[in-house]
Amino acid sequence: MSKANLLDRRKVVSSLLAERKDTIVVSGLGASTYDIAAAGDHDRNLYLWGAMGGAVMIGLGLALAQPKLPVVVITGDGEMLMGMGSLATVGLQKPKNLSVVVLDNEVYGETGGQASHTAGNVDLVGVARACGIEDVRALATMDEIGAFARRMHDLESGPRFANVKVDDANLERVLSSRDGTFIVNRIRGALGHSPM
Amino acid sequence: MHARTEAASDTASDNPNSWPDDIFDILRRFDVRQVPYVPDAGHSQLIERVLGASSMRGIPLTTEEEGVALLAGAWAGGQRGVLLMQSSGVGNCINMLSLTQIFRFPFLTLVTMRGEWGEFNPWQVPMGSSTAAVFELSGIKVLRASHPPEVREVVEAGAGQAYNACTPTAVLLSQRLIGAKVFTK
Repeated sequence: MSKANLLDRRKVVSSLLAERKDTIVVSGLGASTYDIAAAGDHDRNLYLWGAMGGAVMIGLGLALAQPKLPVVVITGDGEMLMGMGSLATVGLQKPKNLSVVVLDNEVYGETGGQASHTAGNVDLVGVARACGIEDVRALATMDEIGAFARRMHDLESGPRFANVKVDDANLERVLSSRDGTFIVNRIRGALGHSPM
Repeated sequence: MHARTEAASDTASDNPNSWPDDIFDILRRFDVRQVPYVPDAGHSQLIERVLGASSMRGIPLTTEEEGVALLAGAWAGGQRGVLLMQSSGVGNCINMLSLTQIFRFPFLTLVTMRGEWGEFNPWQVPMGSSTAAVFELSGIKVLRASHPPEVREVVEAGAGQAYNACTPTAVLLSQRLIGAKVFTK
């Protein structure tokens, strides 16, 4: 695929979350957190500013605790590579309400644009499939993104995994709250739970 | 997995091997729902109880740090959990333990100790020797149980301060308690 055909990560995330309804969203450390913030702050957004490699597992814990709500993890290729074992754990647990979307720009954009393994030898769609996740796909058009966004609300057919090749433009940072206790207690409150 | 020797029987207890059942009862009483683990022979009896319990979900991990992140997500979603691992896995968790301070969530882990009390395998000794210090440097309170009769009260105290006071806590289960692993007869 030529660079010119790669999708814009902000448009991808805006489309994924346009009709989010009761969806819980976990964003991986880095540009994904800015993308989710750019799509609009929400009391069911769990923004990560650290814990690299942990996004999918946080999503799994949420999905198992809230099986009647869609949970989507939106993260980058570098963050996903660091937690690749978590795809094996998701493939074993098979939470039907969990979706994982990787915004794959093939670089570590936060640290100077160094190439990630997805620029070379690693196909994350193949990794997810080999980990036992049956609904895996590479999304290349905004129509496919829209279709996936609708499927995220299907609580019977997950887990699902999508890799989206996006361009490597460094976009303006849209900063969410960095206060983890606030973020997590806001989600708990939205789900009817007290802080402690 | 290799079996361990029978737990030390020189302490006063009706049944020195029933402490895993004591732990299971405490976890059930505190409404623990998600139990991520990397297996250890010392945890095998408790893992079996968890996998057989309808109110709990045992979740095998590929590496221990996954469990820290999982428990953060479980808490965000309204469920309590506990991470079961052995001492060598504690080092795998260090950066992810940041979440216990960032989210201030009720983190509890039960750690079976290696690298102490008659250890045969020197490769277990470095991480076993630094396990408690790693937790303390990471802001996790450390409790320890070394004899079968004290397991119940130590785990109960750990669960209480973790779940009631959001004080992240590790309970170390001594190799003296679980018995040194036997490699040769």
